[in-house]
Amino acid sequence: MSNEIELIKDPGLPEHIHRRADLDEKYAKRAENQVAILFMLSAVGTLLLIFSYIFIDTDSFIFIPVMGEVNSHQLFLGLGMAMALFFIGAGAIHWAKTLMPDHEVIAERHEFRSPDEDREEFVKTVKSGAGAAGLGRRPLIKRTLGLALGLSGLTPLLLLRDLGPLPEDELTKTSWKAGTRLVTDPGDRPIKATDLEVGAVAQTLPELAEGEHRTLNDIAKDAVLLIRLRPEEFNLDAERLSWTHEGIIAFSKICSHMGCAVALYEQQTKHLLCPCHQSTFDVTRAAKVIFGPAARPLPQLAITVDSEGYLVAQAPFNEPVGPSFWERSS
Amino acid sequence: MTARERIAGNVAGYVDDRTGAAKWMKKNLTKVFPDHWSFLLGEICLYSFIILLLSGTYLTFWFDPSQREVIYEGSYEPLNGLKMSAAYASTLDLSFEVRGGLLMRQIHHWAALIFMVGIVVHLLRVYFTGAFRKPREFNWIIGVGLLTLGIVEGFLGYSLPDDLLSGTGIRIAEAIIQAIPVVGSYLAFFAFGGAFPGESFIPRIYTVHVLLLPGIFLALITVHLMLVWYQKHTQFPGPGRTEKNVVGYPLMPVYMAKAGGFFFIVFGVTAFLGAVASINPIWLYGPYTPGQISAGSQPDWYMGWLDGLVRMAPPLETHAFGYTISWNILIPGLILPGIMFTLLALYPFIESWATGDKREHHLLDRPRNAPNRTAIGAMALTFTLVCLLNGGNDIIATTFRLTINQMMWFSRIAVVVLPPIAFIVTKRICLSLQRADRELVLHGKETGRLVRLPHGEFVEVHEPISAEKAWTLTSHEQLAPLEISEYDASGVRLPGSLKNKIRNRISRANAVAVPKATESERKELEGHH
Repeated sequence: MSNEIELIKDPGLPEHIHRRADLDEKYAKRAENQVAILFMLSAVGTLLLIFSYIFIDTDSFIFIPVMGEVNSHQLFLGLGMAMALFFIGAGAIHWAKTLMPDHEVIAERHEFRSPDEDREEFVKTVKSGAGAAGLGRRPLIKRTLGLALGLSGLTPLLLLRDLGPLPEDELTKTSWKAGTRLVTDPGDRPIKATDLEVGAVAQTLPELAEGEHRTLNDIAKDAVLLIRLRPEEFNLDAERLSWTHEGIIAFSKICSHMGCAVALYEQQTKHLLCPCHQSTFDVTRAAKVIFGPAARPLPQLAITVDSEGYLVAQAPFNEPVGPSFWERSS
Repeated sequence: MTARERIAGNVAGYVDDRTGAAKWMKKNLTKVFPDHWSFLLGEICLYSFIILLLSGTYLTFWFDPSQREVIYEGSYEPLNGLKMSAAYASTLDLSFEVRGGLLMRQIHHWAALIFMVGIVVHLLRVYFTGAFRKPREFNWIIGVGLLTLGIVEGFLGYSLPDDLLSGTGIRIAEAIIQAIPVVGSYLAFFAFGGAFPGESFIPRIYTVHVLLLPGIFLALITVHLMLVWYQKHTQFPGPGRTEKNVVGYPLMPVYMAKAGGFFFIVFGVTAFLGAVASINPIWLYGPYTPGQISAGSQPDWYMGWLDGLVRMAPPLETHAFGYTISWNILIPGLILPGIMFTLLALYPFIESWATGDKREHHLLDRPRNAPNRTAIGAMALTFTLVCLLNGGNDIIATTFRLTINQMMWFSRIAVVVLPPIAFIVTKRICLSLQRADRELVLHGKETGRLVRLPHGEFVEVHEPISAEKAWTLTSHEQLAPLEISEYDASGVRLPGSLKNKIRNRISRANAVAVPKATESERKELEGHH
């Protein structure tokens, strides 16, 4: 026995096994019929589609187990289309598998690498081409061309400048001013302290002056959540406590993490939860972050009541609302 | 010659006189394609893309990409009289007034989901079988590009209807842009034409969604396919298959019928899903307003892992010198995904650097025969799956009566701990499977037949496996470790010795394998019996 390790050998392509349809015309005929049936099913699908489009009302509904009430117009239109397409494919593949030749063929691969002389030729061509242009010998041309190309690259940047205005103080300012009334959203009704029971929550916006229009941009910064607790439940310093009114505390509704609306209030635990990334804020401790990815508490709006007893802002927000940005100072 | 043949011949002649196409066609109509179910995954992507182009074009005929405020007066009663953007109103009209419009919307959205599933599973197939190796690195990079663009394109697409859910997604995207140090607020204001939400982003992302990105897709897919065509498809190892040949069926007629038929199957299945499984019922969400949100807000699945990463990020923010850096957004939103996609794109080069293997490969690896690669894949997959799971943490918590906190802490720990465990376990499993292969080749398969020998011993009869099977199980190559010397002849450390040390370590780890069965061993065993 030699010491040479003998590897298992490639037995080569296995012998071709004929299909029944290859040997027996009866089976071939049967396969042909099957393909024809599949194509006919596709035609039935298109007929179903046409029928549904014309004769089923767009507002008719049908009950289907598991799916429930569904719009029968859309359903049968879709089923017809699905049938029409699917069975064309099924027919074609069945045809290929049963009747078309199934002899495996061997093709040789070609080498991707070009022959050495071609590669050398290529390098020579590039070199002589570059030499003919004389880029290496004429540094002045090279440098000025570089400058020109580099500078022209600025054009699109410049032309894109007017995509939007500069931020200026847009990110830091809201519509809230000292004395702005808080109004319900929706409804735009001013709110009295007595309108809110202990445990209640209200979504509010600043009152609009006559003739003003509220845009989504305003809402994106101005949305404020009012929550009423019992005053003794607060765990706030004197200043923050003075920003509340009879147990009513106001926070920006725009999450300090990524700007979603912080809309879930758990009455039992007095936690505010953002449904986007589950940052959780403790209302009793000035919306301190107690869980999740948010890094800052929700900005608190100082509120009080005006001479008519309606809730108003004592002052604007003392910090920017919403997600962080580079120029934000705290 | 029949009349029909004469006409066909004339047409072909006419075209060839002007293009010389006959030579090329003759060669390529008989081009051989290897058959394997996993080679259909890329086809699914291509066909979903075509479905997306067709259904998307249909949708543009009715969709109005504008944030102009309108009052809805359509047949969907619950929203009647409400203020909303023209984009949202026209999507409602498409769903309720245009016959077949809802079906087309559903088909478009389903095709997008299938496109992304197809890309990811296709990527996994290419990765785990080593199909990305030389000469196919370019195509791998194009594929990673298509995956990345697909995520963006899908996100922009489901943002267009301007419903409450999609607007929330845009809000989050805006916060990520805004968090970029130094230029963030400027970029956000340029992108949105001012403060969020403004009235510009729907028309702008519409142009990107229907023109810019599809154009890039078309170009990349064309190059991707041309390279597949030119380089020929890879094939699984088996009898008669070598690095120098390709075994399969000719394009005409078998592959044409199969591939063409498969397009209709994919389209049919997509239409079926669109008909019976309603997704993204935007009329239930209501129009977007920044002050509202619905509980359980979830992105589409391919964005889910990114959202999950953002959710599990610790609350880190740096405030210094009057400026803010939001690590809680930057790390999960930009830095980690950036690192992951870069590593993914560079993987073929990293592997060939580590193994020192610079040869062409046209035969695929069985995943078990490349344990390190398979284990790295399992590790990355585990990481992404934990993130994806955390992207649905609120839904999972409510479904299984857990708290959000339990889910979040599970993910925060699991995302660090589970991937290395997945690596180790996968590598062990691969080596065990190699051992099983070896066993099978040397001893044959168990038949379950017990035989009592004359002296009373019971043995189970093993049946030898076929020559084809034995070849398939042993035809792979087992690479030896690199062993680059770190010292020169006189024992002085060579420059770059640290790099070589690392390469040696990795290539040793790569070379760990159960020796494959050989004919010599088989003969020796036969001698014993």
